[in-house]
Amino acid sequence: MAKIVAGFGTSHTPAIGAALDLGKKDEPYWAPLFKGYEPAKQWMDEVKPDVVIMVYNDHVNAFDFKIIPTFAIGCADEFGIADEGWGARPVPVVKGYPEFASHLVQSLVLDEFDITIVNDMEVDHGLTVPMSLAFGQPDAWPARVIPLSVNVIQYPAPTGNRCYNLGKAIKKAVESWDEDLKVVIFGTGGMSHQIQHERAGLINKPWDTAFLDDLTANPQRLVEMKPLEYLREAGNEAIELVMWLTMRGALGDDAQEVYRFYHVPASSTGVGHIIIETKDFYEERHGKKAA
Amino acid sequence: MSGPKPKPNEYDDIPGTIVFDAQRARKGYHLNQFLYSLMKAENRKEFLSDERKYLDKFPMLEEQKVAVMARDWNTLLDLGGVSYALAKLAFTDEHSYQYMAAEMCGMTQQGYADMMIAGGRSLDDGWRFKHEREGKK
Repeated sequence: MAKIVAGFGTSHTPAIGAALDLGKKDEPYWAPLFKGYEPAKQWMDEVKPDVVIMVYNDHVNAFDFKIIPTFAIGCADEFGIADEGWGARPVPVVKGYPEFASHLVQSLVLDEFDITIVNDMEVDHGLTVPMSLAFGQPDAWPARVIPLSVNVIQYPAPTGNRCYNLGKAIKKAVESWDEDLKVVIFGTGGMSHQIQHERAGLINKPWDTAFLDDLTANPQRLVEMKPLEYLREAGNEAIELVMWLTMRGALGDDAQEVYRFYHVPASSTGVGHIIIETKDFYEERHGKKAA
Repeated sequence: MSGPKPKPNEYDDIPGTIVFDAQRARKGYHLNQFLYSLMKAENRKEFLSDERKYLDKFPMLEEQKVAVMARDWNTLLDLGGVSYALAKLAFTDEHSYQYMAAEMCGMTQQGYADMMIAGGRSLDDGWRFKHEREGKK
């Protein structure tokens, strides 16, 4: 059966993609950030997932304002790279997995999550920057990708609780697919940041640190957190972090943090990264009991 | 009669922040659709060659058009623009997101970049509540 083995949480700041694409990764501003993702790339190289479920948000690129889906799953064979206003990123086209994606949609709708089906769309930095951070700059991405787009642009985004429960339903949906697939689920966006009006540039490192801690120590606190707290304490755009709770919900109980990195700044953003393995995968991979 | 008025929102007392909610999205719809059109290179070129003429193709409010031509970012936020769409206008001018963010908070781009390198804007400077911010000004 297909199985989710781990979650990969990461910010998806567009400037990170631009730095990579323009060959700036060794410049003093960027070098510490990319160094912090080296272990992540090694981990990915060892784990070699077959499929990535990418929980991300579109930034007014695939979707304009005519239709704003709260949750949408990409079921296409492939997804082109959007021109967000400065030309498309020079990264490989993203290959989907239509049969598996369609199965997930079907299972989720029957589980009472009303997913929008997308058969044709381009993907933006919200999806491609995490791919670059996880897999580097290959000629073709080494895993197939199921894009799961969440509306976090127009208030209100779905609640943390809703996103977490969606993650649980995704776990169930994946495990009901009869093919040996190793799946890694990404939660992207955040961490603290605000990129509008007079409060632009807000960073709240203690808040971010507590969020990373509680993904394993006390997920229930995060699940119950109100939208207002994200906005007030961590910036208007920090609400993206609800997408990390979908990732967390898909990992089950007793998941284990195996890597973490935090850095300020990337442009206007506090950058956070975490890898959390499921209990089963952790015990198999490390040969010891999960704590 | 002035029509129905929504109740104040609990997020309205966050200083220097305009939450893109349903009412603002409604007001900003045509503005944001104009901004979305700038995703295409040929549209960026057409817009830059005659901004007024290009804007007149969209049923936007006059004040939105004026604010677009003035690159008056905070007014555009007030008039229902959303920052990710506004960024496409900055990109059309070959500016970065950070350039736009610096202008929104009245800082030079270098000053803003330095603030970020030093750890970003701190909430402790009165940025949690409007009443708190008033006291710091």
